[in-house]
Amino acid sequence: MMIEQNPMEERRKGSAPLDETRLRQRAIGVKLRQMFDEVVNEPVPDEFLDILRKADEKSGAR
Amino acid sequence: MGASEKDRFAGLSPRERDGVFQRELVQLIPHLRAFARTLTGDATQADDLAQDAMIKAWDARNSYQLGTNMKAWTFMILRNQFYSDKRRSWRQTQLDQEAAERTLVAVDDPEAPVALDELRLAMAMLPDEQREALILVGAGGFAYEEAADICGCAVGTVKSRVSRARKALQGILEAGDYERDGGEAGDAMRSILADAERLSAVR
Repeated sequence: MMIEQNPMEERRKGSAPLDETRLRQRAIGVKLRQMFDEVVNEPVPDEFLDILRKADEKSGAR
Repeated sequence: MGASEKDRFAGLSPRERDGVFQRELVQLIPHLRAFARTLTGDATQADDLAQDAMIKAWDARNSYQLGTNMKAWTFMILRNQFYSDKRRSWRQTQLDQEAAERTLVAVDDPEAPVALDELRLAMAMLPDEQREALILVGAGGFAYEEAADICGCAVGTVKSRVSRARKALQGILEAGDYERDGGEAGDAMRSILADAERLSAVR
């Protein structure tokens, strides 16, 4: 297997911090999506639809 | 989207077209709110911005081609509004740093999970253009090409902004490079790692 071919590779200087960076970046990505999705999943305040309805009535009356 | 998608709207009267447009716009409101919230970091300011963008989109509905990417189109309207609001209040704001500090106070919600709070604080410290690019690609589900259209810049520019944003966020979170009363700043990265692990374990 390719993985076993190079056991030294993993121990090479710089490879461990690189993995750690990847891990941290992935964690930040997960949290970022969570932060965004939390708002997406909130109920939309009535104000939004009220404003849109008023704008629609105005254009419908034209 | 293909030609068949456009054909669906071909025979519509202007009134029917408005109806279709409005239904699609309503479905996008949660996404507009999320984009505005993550962009500004302030819930009240964000909903004002999202409402402005929604009305601007409605008013401009005749220039929108049904069947094309409406999410990207409305996001573009929102970000343009964000920057024009920002330019108008430039004199009061003076420094980005001051705005960031105000945001840090505004997002201090005691109910919020710690890790998420840390990320909000760190996000507030990014330059607008980097934050925007990272949100679009990292959370909004846009491809680099779409994000470039939304931001009105080159694909390579978006890529480099996203990459710089990611690097900066990690740096801020690792260094705890922000003020929080009583909080152990250095714990930010640790709590985010733990929380992300918990989230993926749940899935």
